[in-house]
Amino acid sequence: MLGSGIINGLIVTAKNFVGSYHDPKRMVTVQYPEERAKLPENYRNFPFLITENATDPMGTLRCVACQICEKECPPQCIYIEKSKDKKPDATGKPQLYPAVFAIDTSVCMSCQICVEVCPFDAIKMDQVFEVAATDRFTGLLLDREQLAKPNSYFHEIHPTDAAEVDTRLATERQAAEEKAKAAAAAKAAAAAKAAAPKAAVKPAAEGGPTA
Amino acid sequence: MSVSDLSSFTPSSGPTVRAVKDPFHGDLLEVSMGPQHPSTHGVFRMVVTLDGEVVVKLKPVFGYLHRNHEKIAENTTYLGSMPYTDRLDYLCSMTTNWAYALAVEKLAGQAVPDRAQYLRVILAEMTRLVNHSCLVGFLFNDLGTSFTPLLYAFREREKILDLFEALSGSRMMCNFQRFGGCRVDPTPEWLAAASRLVDNYPRFLDEYETMLTANEIMLARTQGIGILDAKLAVNAGITGPCLRASGYNYDLRKVDGYGFYPRFDFKVPLGAHGDTYDRYMMRILEMRESVKILQQAFRDLPGGPVMDPKAKIRGFRPKAGEAYGRIESPKGELGFYLISDGTPNPYRYRVRPPSLINLTLLEEMCLGHTIADSVVILGSVDIVLGEVDR
Amino acid sequence: MESLEQIRDRLLARFPGATVTLVTNPGVAAEHSLLLDAAHGAELALFLRDDPALQLDYCSNATGVDWPDKEITDVKKTTVPDPAGGAPKVVEEKTKHVEPGCLEAVYHLYSMALRHGPVVIRLRTANRSDQVKLPSLTPVWRSCDFQEREIYDLYGIVFEGHRDLRRLLMWEEFKDHPMRKDYVDPDDYEWEPTPHAAVLERAKAHYPVPPAATPPEAPKP
Repeated sequence: MLGSGIINGLIVTAKNFVGSYHDPKRMVTVQYPEERAKLPENYRNFPFLITENATDPMGTLRCVACQICEKECPPQCIYIEKSKDKKPDATGKPQLYPAVFAIDTSVCMSCQICVEVCPFDAIKMDQVFEVAATDRFTGLLLDREQLAKPNSYFHEIHPTDAAEVDTRLATERQAAEEKAKAAAAAKAAAAAKAAAPKAAVKPAAEGGPTA
Repeated sequence: MSVSDLSSFTPSSGPTVRAVKDPFHGDLLEVSMGPQHPSTHGVFRMVVTLDGEVVVKLKPVFGYLHRNHEKIAENTTYLGSMPYTDRLDYLCSMTTNWAYALAVEKLAGQAVPDRAQYLRVILAEMTRLVNHSCLVGFLFNDLGTSFTPLLYAFREREKILDLFEALSGSRMMCNFQRFGGCRVDPTPEWLAAASRLVDNYPRFLDEYETMLTANEIMLARTQGIGILDAKLAVNAGITGPCLRASGYNYDLRKVDGYGFYPRFDFKVPLGAHGDTYDRYMMRILEMRESVKILQQAFRDLPGGPVMDPKAKIRGFRPKAGEAYGRIESPKGELGFYLISDGTPNPYRYRVRPPSLINLTLLEEMCLGHTIADSVVILGSVDIVLGEVDR
Repeated sequence: MESLEQIRDRLLARFPGATVTLVTNPGVAAEHSLLLDAAHGAELALFLRDDPALQLDYCSNATGVDWPDKEITDVKKTTVPDPAGGAPKVVEEKTKHVEPGCLEAVYHLYSMALRHGPVVIRLRTANRSDQVKLPSLTPVWRSCDFQEREIYDLYGIVFEGHRDLRRLLMWEEFKDHPMRKDYVDPDDYEWEPTPHAAVLERAKAHYPVPPAATPPEAPKP
């Protein structure tokens, strides 16, 4: 019958129309900003820098200013200046730190490559998507004070990833400590040997951990 | 205006509507449709010459979204181009990623683990569902059924995009494939949710088809409109559903058998007339086949790593040489041609964009039809301007 | 499908005046290609399309490649015996010569009918400045239509026999060819301060007074 296709189609829309008043499953939208959809754990937006300690964010940045992310960033939105001096990192080893770390979020395309290439787990993806600024030129250029966020925040937004990173870092630290201990022991042994009249060969382990 | 004037006309300048005179047709009206026209799916522009309401000449004008993607890619590392490929065909970033990863893997001789291969098939077919759902939705928008069919399609698309977001972190700019595998291993919950969605997908397709496929207005508007001859289509390099709607069986999933596609049992739907209706039906049928592939993939998905442990993320330098990798993207054959000179950046990086090449015969398809039909024909060709203009 | 050597030999037998060279690809993919001479390019392509054994009816990809002039230093080592009877000296003689560059058009051909391929063919221009003409393959494969226009636009190869050779992506008034390796991009982009010194320097050169009220420098710690 001519017109039956149209009528069948209208039945479908009518069903959906009526159903949307009864069945909460058919309500596919969320009344933002009163209601908010839950963000998936993997959701990424712009990068942030991890600090170990919330009370001293600038002193405990994990970043050692190696500038790998700056080189790998496809749109070149990261800018790093190395420090002149060294500060002890979480393991107590003296490391460089970023004197300037700026990310231009108006250029950043949230691709996560900086996170993937970072060997120190120092940069991670944030989940703050309500980003707005009144000044187009400097408002979206975030410096290291704005970028630094404590590790506890990372645990909040990416729990699985953060737990994995923490266990990995803990084992690495333990290994480093053990290595340092072993090196110290070797050094002591060498010193003892040197104290003895003839021995003057230095053990290879001297020099401390470099990993 | 004489005929010679018409042929020497440069469409990038001049008023948007003007009267032209043709010794054969008489008085004609030349209208510039786009680049801000809502029916051109972005910033595409067609300069149409009309005899009354009938198209007698149509010249596509490109470049409004051009950012020289190829030059950018030649100045960045192999990995650095991966997020840029998301922005080519921004509806199907998963397949665009795959095409690029496939070309680089071919260039570097990089192996891919089994689980990643299955995962790639899963994501590519889900992308096909996204793309084709969008296409049929937009096609009805072009036909004038303002927004209801589009939002039905978007409702389903959004569910898949939620899954993409949960897996890769972003709805559309997935940046998911890597050379030698995939970036993230999906959790069992994700796989279960994806499998449930795929099992429910045929219900949506049935609902959608009940609503629209037999609609008499739709049949009258699409059947016999914009007929594409198969022989001409082959010569013009038309690929994908557009070519198959004309009845020519050429699907790279079968022909090249890239990835793990030879392991799956699916059919390649073919059209008979090559008109707009066939191109619409091709999308619906392909979605049904995609659901079949997805169900097999979820059933057979093996364990293991999703990334080749030998693959390098940083400092990736393929040996000097060249390679051309192509896949069947939802829009047609998407190819990447790469020349390496042994440095971290590709010497030459070329995208073979199916959207652009499928427009080669747009004029032939539109001639003799009304301007309203040319909008529908353009919609049925399925273009994304991010890929056309690059 | 026949090997490229066989195709080359058949082409040479059929077109005695033409030159067809095999260009090997050292990479893993080992997709070798045939370099056709520009004068016979169109007839050779037509033969490839219509030959019943090949039937390369589908030109998938057509693209340009820029090979700039290369300066090559040749080192010639000669051993000069020391007249004093000492050890012979090795004298290095360095000469420089410029290997002329060219623009190249690469076509990836497949057969849809016989489902084989690819056969990669290349055409090279004589140089990069004034002799940049190549025969258009659009009359053979319609799919080259937009792609050759794109090559003309971005590389500046002029395809003879193309029915509508206009710029495709850049606008008509644009002068240069941006995909060439020696293309210098203009510094008159819209002023957009980023933390990067290079961008800043270029922007400064073009805009002596930055329009932004605050100096767009990276924040000091």
